[in-house]
Amino acid sequence: MKIALFATCIVDAMYPRTARATVTILERLGHEVVFPQGQACCGQMHVNSGYFKEALPVVANHVKAFDTDDYDVAVAPSGSCVASVKHQHEMVARRCGDAALEARAAVVGAKTYELSQLLTDVLGISNAAEQLGSYFPHKVTYHPSCHGMRLLRLEDRQLNLLASVGGIEMVALPEADQCCGFGGTFSMKNADVSSAMNADKAANICGTGAELCSGGDASCLLHIGGGLSRQGSEVGTLHFAEILASTLENPVTVTGEVQLAGGKR
Amino acid sequence: MSNTFLGMPTLPVFGHGNLNATEPFPKAARRELANTQLRANLGHATHTIRDKRLKVVAELPDWEELRNAGSAIKNATMANLPALLEQFEANFTARGGIIHWARDAQEANEIVTDLIRATGETEVVKVKSMATQEIGLNEYLEEQGIAAFETDLAELIVQLDHDKPSHILVPAIHKNRSQIREIFLREMADVDPALTDDPARLAEAARKHLRKKFLSAKVAVSGANFGLADTGTLTVVESEGNGRMCLTLPETLITVMGIEKLLPSWTDLEVFMQLLPRSSTGERMNPYTSLWTGVTPGDGPQNVHLVMLDNGRTAALADEMGRTALNCIRCSACMNVCPVYERTGGHAYGSTYPGPIGAILSPLMTGIKSEENNSLPYASSLCGACYDACPVKINIPEILVHLRGEDVDSKRSKTKAPTQMDLMMKGAQWAFSSGSHLNLLEKGLPLGKLVAGRNKVIKKLPGLAAGWTQSRDIPAPPSQSFRQWWATEHQAPAGVEHPEGDQA
Repeated sequence: MKIALFATCIVDAMYPRTARATVTILERLGHEVVFPQGQACCGQMHVNSGYFKEALPVVANHVKAFDTDDYDVAVAPSGSCVASVKHQHEMVARRCGDAALEARAAVVGAKTYELSQLLTDVLGISNAAEQLGSYFPHKVTYHPSCHGMRLLRLEDRQLNLLASVGGIEMVALPEADQCCGFGGTFSMKNADVSSAMNADKAANICGTGAELCSGGDASCLLHIGGGLSRQGSEVGTLHFAEILASTLENPVTVTGEVQLAGGKR
Repeated sequence: MSNTFLGMPTLPVFGHGNLNATEPFPKAARRELANTQLRANLGHATHTIRDKRLKVVAELPDWEELRNAGSAIKNATMANLPALLEQFEANFTARGGIIHWARDAQEANEIVTDLIRATGETEVVKVKSMATQEIGLNEYLEEQGIAAFETDLAELIVQLDHDKPSHILVPAIHKNRSQIREIFLREMADVDPALTDDPARLAEAARKHLRKKFLSAKVAVSGANFGLADTGTLTVVESEGNGRMCLTLPETLITVMGIEKLLPSWTDLEVFMQLLPRSSTGERMNPYTSLWTGVTPGDGPQNVHLVMLDNGRTAALADEMGRTALNCIRCSACMNVCPVYERTGGHAYGSTYPGPIGAILSPLMTGIKSEENNSLPYASSLCGACYDACPVKINIPEILVHLRGEDVDSKRSKTKAPTQMDLMMKGAQWAFSSGSHLNLLEKGLPLGKLVAGRNKVIKKLPGLAAGWTQSRDIPAPPSQSFRQWWATEHQAPAGVEHPEGDQA
């Protein structure tokens, strides 16, 4: 299968290892990965902040980059950005009166998958240890991000993939379905409420005794990890793609340059 | 333009009364967050109701179908509202009721006052009602020399404490039982001084206090949960039975109801009687459901009035993206599951309608430019828990985003200096609307490493971003972006790279 990677802006710029891990996993399964060079961002920050006019060229750019027959499916290691591509792009085009863009956005949206969706529903991965050789001998807890959970209905796809990694010890996160408080510009506009939500998330994570909190959205992990780091916690955050990419021979290193969003280095 | 009154108001007619945030939400939220007792009371109460709701909802195999039905019935009602209102009026009037139409809060308050004055009474008993909170009826009546006594236990607590409700269903959710005991001891003239904070004793004290009022009141004021167009019937759904007393004992009954409360027919009530109690109190069925159709000679109130309230509802109806907010049946499920409401409480929202539904309903009814209501649509992380909990499937996150757009557009101006947020969005538009722009920007990533320094974290940023760094670090950025790695180092698919194999 020819798979187009939508890296997402935050992973491209801040967490390139997550996109590289996604490439690794897909190539390990024998698929060809392409990276449409024109891509930049899904535009969610603009839309969710009410800047529809400014969002339009961002959405148009994404649609232009991905509206080709050059690939079978597109994938992004993010529930939130995929939800934006699937649920917001048509709305932005409609609101700005661009019917042609609306139609093309629908086509791109239908071909775009979140990583655990693609792995589980399309590529038939149910056992990461056996099918991907994934190995990660650490105690890990998992935060299901809101947009993956409620807009894409990913259910336990990410968690099940993680639980099937060799050597991993998963511990349940109390109140896992509660938002971490990121919310894009909410974290700045309503910084106090956002911080209060993050503090409760951090306390729940630390209470599990896990070494790491995994998840499927770099933005939420940046938020949670940033809070843990500020508290001086030893617990870090790591995208599930990096855990799936980790093998016995080539274990993911949890120290180094841009690695965990939080924790001691 | 002529100044001559042509009999038609300027459209849209926005709502007035207690529908406004009077200070920006972030400022109010900061104050409420600092109240640790409030946080503890709210956290406990919302989690308890949340768990109860989940349990009783899970019992119904057709819950999703019920939600779809509730949504469809309400959408059909709104699409056909003028005809349904006329149908309701005809049926209600035919059975001896008298209808009054109020364009806004002021008109509604004046109508109710005149109706009470006509009875010669100076005291009224009240059934818990959001519509009368919205129009500030109690305060208005007090100015006119009429005393209104709340008979719902939680409303009584709030009224005795000279406070404001902080939740539409549990108005005193921000108080715990020892605080309630203190209020009763301080404000109830006839209370037993040995009163404890045992809930049963507190309820007993309230019951004794209210009983005299029920037996002596000649006028009652209520709201309504539903108005059934095909029969002209009004409905009040409650838990305590105080509503039933108010609706049956006095001679005069005055109901204030928003025009959106209609259902086309009696048979539609079946859907909502399953949706509402489960969503609101987490009960399979509410203890008391009162229905009345006009006047029954010789039984119950003989003077039955209904004030039909617009107060910004038609303005909300005119908003194509926002009008489903009118489908709200005031169950409060959205606020009980909201992580923002849970931490700030209802007072932070200013309006009678707090929480997620309030953050859309208030600005829809008043217009986005009213007082500080443009800060309300931002009072959400867009986590979506409210949409999942809503029994009539109001897509609250989508309407929040729509209203943020209304706010941004309302401030666009060629003459005013752009805000920090405007500049950030403009810059991001440039960066994110082209792969080569983003690539160019990402070449500056090593600069971020310099800012981060030896500890490899950024701990303090200026301006808007200071909101982030007040409680969160930012890791040092990488030496190269993914796209730079892809262009320079990623080989053909045969040579599978390991992601952490190298760090530039």
